[in-house]
Amino acid sequence: MRYMALIYGDSALQAAMNEAELQAQMAAYNAFTEELTRRGGRVGGEALHPTTAATTVRVREGKVLTTDGPFAETKEQLGGYYLLKCENLDQAIEIAAMIPGALTGSIEIRPIVEWE
Amino acid sequence: MNSEKQPIVQTIEHIYRQDAGRVLATLIGSLGDFELAQDALQEALIVALERWGQDGLPHNPAAWLVTTARRKAIDKIRRNNVFSRKQTLLQTLVETETYEEITSCPETFPDERLKLIFTCCHSALGIETQVALTLHTVGGLTTPEVARAFLVPEPTMAQRLVRAKRKIREAGIPYVVPPPDKIAERLEGVLAVLYLIFNAGYTASLGDSLQRRELCAEAIRLTRALVMLLAQTPSSGEEPEAPGLLALMLLHDARHQARTSPQGELILLDEQDRSLWDKNQIEEGVAILERALKLHRPGVYQLQAAISALHCQVARPEDTDWLQISLLYHQLLKLNQSPVVQLNWAVAVAMASEPARGLVLLNELDDKGSLKSYYLFHAARADLYRRAGDWQAAHAAYSQALSLTQNVVEQTFLQKRLAEVQTKLFPGGNDSLR
Repeated sequence: MRYMALIYGDSALQAAMNEAELQAQMAAYNAFTEELTRRGGRVGGEALHPTTAATTVRVREGKVLTTDGPFAETKEQLGGYYLLKCENLDQAIEIAAMIPGALTGSIEIRPIVEWE
Repeated sequence: MNSEKQPIVQTIEHIYRQDAGRVLATLIGSLGDFELAQDALQEALIVALERWGQDGLPHNPAAWLVTTARRKAIDKIRRNNVFSRKQTLLQTLVETETYEEITSCPETFPDERLKLIFTCCHSALGIETQVALTLHTVGGLTTPEVARAFLVPEPTMAQRLVRAKRKIREAGIPYVVPPPDKIAERLEGVLAVLYLIFNAGYTASLGDSLQRRELCAEAIRLTRALVMLLAQTPSSGEEPEAPGLLALMLLHDARHQARTSPQGELILLDEQDRSLWDKNQIEEGVAILERALKLHRPGVYQLQAAISALHCQVARPEDTDWLQISLLYHQLLKLNQSPVVQLNWAVAVAMASEPARGLVLLNELDDKGSLKSYYLFHAARADLYRRAGDWQAAHAAYSQALSLTQNVVEQTFLQKRLAEVQTKLFPGGNDSLR
């Protein structure tokens, strides 16, 4: 099965990190990505710029409406994702628990719809 | 209903209650789908009603149901063969199916209920869903029965069960016994579900439906099966907490006859008629507990069972070994910091020494504030004040407890105590309070 692991975290916390902390975080993500690739579980994954760089688009009555930032103000924002290939949910949970962001934020695991 | 058919309906109901969990566990194993398995079993039961009524019972009804349901599932997949991903499954199913006469189906089939239990109690499902699904699939309770037991409208329960089965399929919750390194952790979740089922039955008051009381028996039946299945699974190692929970349930349940008066009033431990306790069940619970304790890995259920065993094994309340009980509660506190355990610990300390010491501990708890709205906290304080002869404080605490419970049985009990305290407060009559 394929699962999307959505990484949610507090972007204020992220913004407050100093250089050393950022580097440590980067190293942790690199190590995780490497391990995931080694296990053959990595289909894809990217980090996202913070929500301050986000634009929300809606089309209403034929008009394109854009607004600054994300739609809802929540404490945790989507910061990145991994697309995983796993046997089952237990394996996906095991892998999600290894994502560095799980220590401070949360990981949402969503199974991918496989069209047949 | 045809009167000749009546016995066969009852027989089928009985067999269903007895074997549904095992039959379903096997079907889910080979079909890989909860809903398909349950639908197929329903259809097999309809066939059973016809055939068994005419030809009599097959040699092994459970195995007959597995075979028939599997064939029904094959038919169903064939009918809906648009679902291409089921094609490979169909292939395997047809290959394993020998198409012998149904009367000569296998004598035995493996017991896969442990997989079913771990799947139903997966933490990716909500706790209420875990409880309902376990009762429904492993326990073989019908949807209306589960709904009545949890005082939920039937359509709500039906929807909850459908959603649960869908989540298991869509999210890919595996149908397996967890690997050895995960089993202890996962077992904790399973035991929590079983204990919840038991407690739902145990706290049911007289006004509640009979089904609720039966949840105790059901929880014991399920835990018994779990203990047996774990013992048969070498990879699970020896897990003392499962038998610990079974012992706890047996010891609690052994006293249920004595817990309420014929009028439905609550009777506390020290006022219970101990001849009403089920001695055989106590003996069994103690024996199971002793075997578990020999593994020297105490846990919350073993400790609570040990406390219960100490209560169960004395003929008179004044012989209770409160010192030992307070020590066990103290050990329990190290594993479970919950305010309720602290409350029980304080009461045990008071009983082992004097009410004043317990009251000091309780008042410390009161400062933390987490128990202020808990009726048992105020009832316990009231009881210690009563034992200490502080009628004024006892009166205030009983009144507070009374304002915090909706349960009629508990209310009646507190009112009785309140009346007793009032006669102490106003020995010459209580006109002033009218």
